[in-house]
Amino acid sequence: MNTALPYEKLTLLENYGHSLRAPAYLYQPAQVDEIGDIFRFAKQNGLTVTLRGAGRSYNDAALNGGGIVLDLRPVNRILAWDPATGLLQAEPGVTLQQVWQTVLPDGWWPPVVSGTMFTTLGGCLGMNIHGKNNFRMGTLGEHVMEFAILLPTGATLTCSPKKNGDLFRANIGGMGMLGVFTSITLQMKRVHSGLLQVEAWNVPDIKTHLHELEARQDEADYLVGWMDCTASGQGLGRGQLHQANYLSEGADPDARRTMQVGYQTLPARFFGLLPKSILHHCMAPFMNDLGVRITNTVKYLIGRHKSYRQPHTAFHFLLDYIPDWELAYGRGGLIQYQSFIPKETALEIWTEMLGLSQRRGLPSYLGVTKRHRPDNFLLTHAVDGYSLALDFKVTAGKRARLAAMLQEFDRIALEAGGRFYFAKNSETTPETAVRFLGEETVAKFRSLKKRCDPHNLLESDLYRRVFGDA
Amino acid sequence: MSDTKPLPPRATPLQPRRRAIIVGASIGIGAAMARRLALEGYTLALLARQEEMLRGLCAEINTQFNETRAIAYAHDVTDYDSVPALLQRILSDLGGLDLFIYNAGISLPVGLKKFDFEKDHRTIETNLLGALAWLNPVAAMFQSLRSGQIVGLSSVAGERGRVGNPAYNASKAALSCYLEALRNRLSRYGVNVLTVKPGFVDTAMIKDTKGTFWVIPADQAAKDICRAIRKRRQELYTPARWRWVMFIVRNIPSVIFRRLIF
Repeated sequence: MNTALPYEKLTLLENYGHSLRAPAYLYQPAQVDEIGDIFRFAKQNGLTVTLRGAGRSYNDAALNGGGIVLDLRPVNRILAWDPATGLLQAEPGVTLQQVWQTVLPDGWWPPVVSGTMFTTLGGCLGMNIHGKNNFRMGTLGEHVMEFAILLPTGATLTCSPKKNGDLFRANIGGMGMLGVFTSITLQMKRVHSGLLQVEAWNVPDIKTHLHELEARQDEADYLVGWMDCTASGQGLGRGQLHQANYLSEGADPDARRTMQVGYQTLPARFFGLLPKSILHHCMAPFMNDLGVRITNTVKYLIGRHKSYRQPHTAFHFLLDYIPDWELAYGRGGLIQYQSFIPKETALEIWTEMLGLSQRRGLPSYLGVTKRHRPDNFLLTHAVDGYSLALDFKVTAGKRARLAAMLQEFDRIALEAGGRFYFAKNSETTPETAVRFLGEETVAKFRSLKKRCDPHNLLESDLYRRVFGDA
Repeated sequence: MSDTKPLPPRATPLQPRRRAIIVGASIGIGAAMARRLALEGYTLALLARQEEMLRGLCAEINTQFNETRAIAYAHDVTDYDSVPALLQRILSDLGGLDLFIYNAGISLPVGLKKFDFEKDHRTIETNLLGALAWLNPVAAMFQSLRSGQIVGLSSVAGERGRVGNPAYNASKAALSCYLEALRNRLSRYGVNVLTVKPGFVDTAMIKDTKGTFWVIPADQAAKDICRAIRKRRQELYTPARWRWVMFIVRNIPSVIFRRLIF
């Protein structure tokens, strides 16, 4: 006989884009030991469990409607830090903010970071995040020396590239569907300053945009492009590129100071006056087709070739620069569609996608490009090519048309050998997943799932959507 | 309990899905509500004792939309103890809950000169205690989530105690009162409670009843209820003219009312 779960644990959880909500029984274990009890409890009650970190996925990755969500943020101890070797051992709820604040004063920086510092290590590895340096440093998973994992069966395992290698490659990027990271050992990257040398310049069209991403990859440590997706005709795909490089030893005379946490703290006020917490309200009136077109045009026209030094945090964590920026998209929130296209066909594919979105009157309000390299993780999203992440505002009137357009995008991308990222796209179907991952890969993941989680205790709305009932 | 495979698809940002439970869904207003809500895009958990009819209704809806949009759960509302676990299971099967409709109800008239505790007991069990068994956990759930809508099918019959069907009148009066109290408790949490008071609706319940008038088809009542749900109204008379009729009936002095034989 089932015993009903406590209703006061029921919480309406959201995705990062505020475009999807699902109720779940929210459990927040304070330590790793409690996780096993929750698995047993879920099994007794016939419920599934989803792992959640900071909830920074744009889709349904950390949602589990009607099930249990395990919020691992309280499991956030840094277990060991060795400034001599740059090895950090931490629990899954530790955020990138905790990591950089621990390691930077000693002259290290996380090898790969997301656009926000509030993501947790467990979440980052569950999705195998990439940064603006993917072409050079790969994904975060490539810097994991070892991790310990608790399986839903109660067993614990240690995995590294050499030990339990198949589980190592499947659990990183495995959407938290095989087990729970309980301890993660990461190699940090040595830095000699708290500053980066940044260069910014405009690119007039998509061809130049991609050409420059290609040409700069040998000299850049980080590369990222902003794309004005409202520009058409000759200016299609125009935008601004940012390149950043680490400073070499001795290049920053004040390195000791710039590497301090206080120096890196993002300012709380804009121009020293306006509290940033109200900025998203100021952005909201511009979050419509006309407003974005004007803002983008102005941003492009005033863009000049610039070279300057900037703290790591200011360059990397743009999403944190305006607190709650995603609320500016209004009640329907936003979705992000990111496609990873091989370098040979990216120009043609994105020209087609951008043209399609403009013809249908559904322009993306923000486009971001990056250069990528392949990796050997089982559910990898990376290609030897580029990614374009497109933000779309969700409104009741646009939903059906957007859904139809994203299906077209999937078809176009798949024909070009494109891939997708499970932390972002919200409409990926099982057919699309099988097409880009390959049947063999999906079968292998399913077989590992069966081995690690024979009772299918770990399931998220994302997993059910993409891998369905099998 | 019915099998639930395959489960309905979950919502995505571009394909949002509202989810509803209808208790008492196999025939009458419940079945008509199910068809209408499915058309509005709801994913449904349909509950009733009559499993076969329920399965037929689910099959009809799922075939119409070419996806699992309705799931059948065989359930007797007087099996109070099974409710919390069943609610938990439905929440997990649907992936959430936005709307709860309690439509189970029976009418067991006794003769004008007869008294029958057994019939009264059954009436109160289905119409009132079954409702309380569901409304308590559903209210607790919606209160925690700070969202949701509850619909209770009461009746104009709950507005006065009449000679023909005392237990039915009492059960609906108590249900209306309970729903009002729930509304007062839950509105501060963003939860809406709608009390529906139909007049005579063309269902099995009134087929042996004499002296009916203004009888409307079940689908007409369902249409009115769906509109009231969309508008998040608190009270609905269907058809609307019953509001004024009941205003008069409520105000008939007892000295006259007790001499009437309806």
